[in-house]
Amino acid sequence: MLAHLPVLQVIVPLMASPLCLLLTRPRLVWLFTLIVSGLAFLISSLLLQQVMASGTIIYALGGWDAPWGIEYRIDQLNAFLLLIISALSTVVLLAAHTSIRQEIPADRHTLFYILYLLSLAGMLGIVATGDAFNVFVFLEISSLSAYALIALGKDRRALWASYQYLIMGTIGATFILIGIGLMYQMTGTLNMDDLSRRLPEVAHTRTIFTAFAFIIVGVCLKLALFPLHLWLPNAYAYAPSIVTAFFAATATKVAIYLLIRFTFSVFGLSFSFTAVPLQILFVVLGVAGIFVASTAAIYQNNVKHLFAYSSIAQIGYMMVGFSISTATGLMATLLHVFNHALMKSALFLALGAVMYRIGSVQINQFQGLGHQMPYTMAAIVVGGLSLIGVPLTVGFVSKWYLILAAIEKGWWPVAVLILLGSLLAIVYVWRIVEAAYFKPPIAGRDAIKEAPLSFLMPIWILVIANIYFGIDTRLSVGVAQAASQSLFGVSP
Amino acid sequence: MLLGLYNYWIVVVLMMVGFYIVIAHGNLIKKIVGLSIFQTSVFIFYISMAKVDGGTAPILAEGISQYSNPLPHVLILTAIVVGIATTAVGLALAVRIKEAYGSIEEEEIQKKDNEDC
Repeated sequence: MLAHLPVLQVIVPLMASPLCLLLTRPRLVWLFTLIVSGLAFLISSLLLQQVMASGTIIYALGGWDAPWGIEYRIDQLNAFLLLIISALSTVVLLAAHTSIRQEIPADRHTLFYILYLLSLAGMLGIVATGDAFNVFVFLEISSLSAYALIALGKDRRALWASYQYLIMGTIGATFILIGIGLMYQMTGTLNMDDLSRRLPEVAHTRTIFTAFAFIIVGVCLKLALFPLHLWLPNAYAYAPSIVTAFFAATATKVAIYLLIRFTFSVFGLSFSFTAVPLQILFVVLGVAGIFVASTAAIYQNNVKHLFAYSSIAQIGYMMVGFSISTATGLMATLLHVFNHALMKSALFLALGAVMYRIGSVQINQFQGLGHQMPYTMAAIVVGGLSLIGVPLTVGFVSKWYLILAAIEKGWWPVAVLILLGSLLAIVYVWRIVEAAYFKPPIAGRDAIKEAPLSFLMPIWILVIANIYFGIDTRLSVGVAQAASQSLFGVSP
Repeated sequence: MLLGLYNYWIVVVLMMVGFYIVIAHGNLIKKIVGLSIFQTSVFIFYISMAKVDGGTAPILAEGISQYSNPLPHVLILTAIVVGIATTAVGLALAVRIKEAYGSIEEEEIQKKDNEDC
């Protein structure tokens, strides 16, 4: 059983999703989904433990050895990402039953859970697999279910957002497919490990450059790197609250993983950063993304829009860490992947609770909520502080390492720009705090009750995680460090 | 040289045609059709690269020593299924958009959205 964990990680949610159809009562389906997601979390914890103790796990699917068969290859990086995805999926699901009862018509609840599990299976698959074409297949499994999930939003704009995401997402995925095809043409293999050994022989050819360009652009479309981010704000703003919380925590993170995997493991450090001016490109786009998206966030009146733009800015930080291309820089990126997942899922879940109580997340509707929904608003404040990067929250830890990495590299201006970017975060977080705490409650509106426990529990699990991992960084920093060092080929 | 690679020329032309339609057209159905053409060009690309000159289907038989590579065909079967699924989801969304907005022209939808805000 233990030997089969890598495949069980993906297979369990994948097989469980059609089984949802057999269960008739919505509450039962929810419980079932929660258990399956919890199982995935358990498996990923075991995998992480195993990887940290005894190194990379290689699993040949169906007993066919690579490079002929498909291989699942779990190293520190995958295991870390698997843990993030399955853990946050489970916590977010705790609130799902309460939330979707109000946001999605009853006859579509089962469909919601089926899509959710498919999307989860797709994301876990992208991360677990060591086969380039398999990545494309899982990417499409998770994306197609994502389009449908977003379209479940009750606003008609959700449909339009989903359509735009579908167009952009499919272009991105097809670009990745073209890139994989070009690589296959030159090397005759799809196995990532095998590719990494065969690519250097043909690295100087134009075909490989083209492949690299297609893959990078495709992945950047998926991860919503500025200026390819246009699909994201509306998709996040109009999707059901649970879907937003889930995707904000996981979807772009999976794309960041793909970027790291392709540049570091498949193409190799020397090709990715010396043959192509990737470093300068990403640092410029990353910093531009931080400023443009943070500024856009300040002017949003829909709070979900506001945090969606903030997500794009946070992706900018991850890209800056990535472009520094030192072990510390990459570690900062990985840490931010983990930390940002914690903050954004907490924030979007809290917004889900607001949506549940007042049916809107317009900022002018927040007036007086500081006293009427104290626990939910306190969660938003802590999440916001974490976004800014205040000490004792996770946001501080990742920004600290990011600035450290920039200074180590001698990129002083970048370090300063990162700090300036955080100031913009203060502005947009303050707008919410001001509305919730310092403005009188809306006249004529009945007193709003605090969100139900089924919301508060997952929200506060995440908030406490935000604080806990801001103080005790052994797990997050330890794993991120091990992962980045193994990618740089440094023995820890 | 140029003519020998005509498959790839077709791939490039189809790819650009499809991509152009996706970007330039405002009609949602036309966009999906463009996307389909774009994906199809990639299918042809994979199949073309699998062909070995003088090779046949990979079945063991007497007198045949050269085979074409069957793997890209298999990969593309998967990609075709994905392509169909994407088209189906896209068209289904277009239907729902038509019901909700009463239009499938990008500009009109955008205009109605702006009025909502």
